[in-house]
Amino acid sequence: MSIWEYANPKKFLITTDRLVPPLVVMSALTIAVGVIWGFFFTPDDFRQGSTVKIMYLHVPAAMMAINAWVMMLVASLIWLIRRHHVSALAARAAAPAGLIFTLIALATGAIWGQPMWGTWWAWDPRLTSFLILCLFYLGYIAMWSAVDNPDTAADLTGVLCLVGSVFALLSRYAVNFWNQGLHQGASLSVAPGERMAMAFKLPLYVSMVGFALFFLALVLIATRTEIRARRLRVLTQREQMR
Amino acid sequence: MMPDLGKYAASVLSAYAVSVVLLAGLIGWVWLRSRQTRQALDEAEARARNET
Repeated sequence: MSIWEYANPKKFLITTDRLVPPLVVMSALTIAVGVIWGFFFTPDDFRQGSTVKIMYLHVPAAMMAINAWVMMLVASLIWLIRRHHVSALAARAAAPAGLIFTLIALATGAIWGQPMWGTWWAWDPRLTSFLILCLFYLGYIAMWSAVDNPDTAADLTGVLCLVGSVFALLSRYAVNFWNQGLHQGASLSVAPGERMAMAFKLPLYVSMVGFALFFLALVLIATRTEIRARRLRVLTQREQMR
Repeated sequence: MMPDLGKYAASVLSAYAVSVVLLAGLIGWVWLRSRQTRQALDEAEARARNET
């Protein structure tokens, strides 16, 4: 069996029909466990106080904002190289979720920054690259809506996705090579010297897994909708031609 | 049950409120669009079947 079998819309719909319900339940449960654990059952940080609880939303949302764009990049490349419609539709389906994750990361970051940094916003490398990523999401969604021909729209948004990937990667690694920003380094790291206590780390991991599952469930549901919308467009055009 | 959030209560609660509103809006939009598209496609397929 090859992964390319799922490029067939019918096969994709049949497979995901079985996959979506358990995925929705699992993602809801995992997010609930992670966020409730983080909010109710973790201590305050000795410097950040109770604002550390914002981390259980901010970090997973920021992670998924970038990962959603990476997923869109892979799907767009598959479209541009192999011309599989399902991959182009999956990229389109992921964009609204990515935009919402980016907005959550920006909003929760600003709300955390006000008491901790003394400002809602700073033109810091990571914050600025995240804002640009947000604008790329808006441009990507607008471009899909603006172009009538779906194949042309998929081509143009695919190229836009390639360009936007620079900012998606920049927003992840900006803190590593630009030291002048306000934003601290990565919250989780495999590098030696990483010091986050288990009491904070475990619920954060659960929340991150929950957000990833939630994104996957949303993308599958939205891709199914896009496949149906494409079929509907074809039928409507046929009706109009008669 | 509610933890003592101290002087940062407004910040923490507003961060959670904004996130819940945005996520609920996303879920609602995805669900509504899915339902409307499925319904419109069912109707269009029924019309196409009747014409053939």
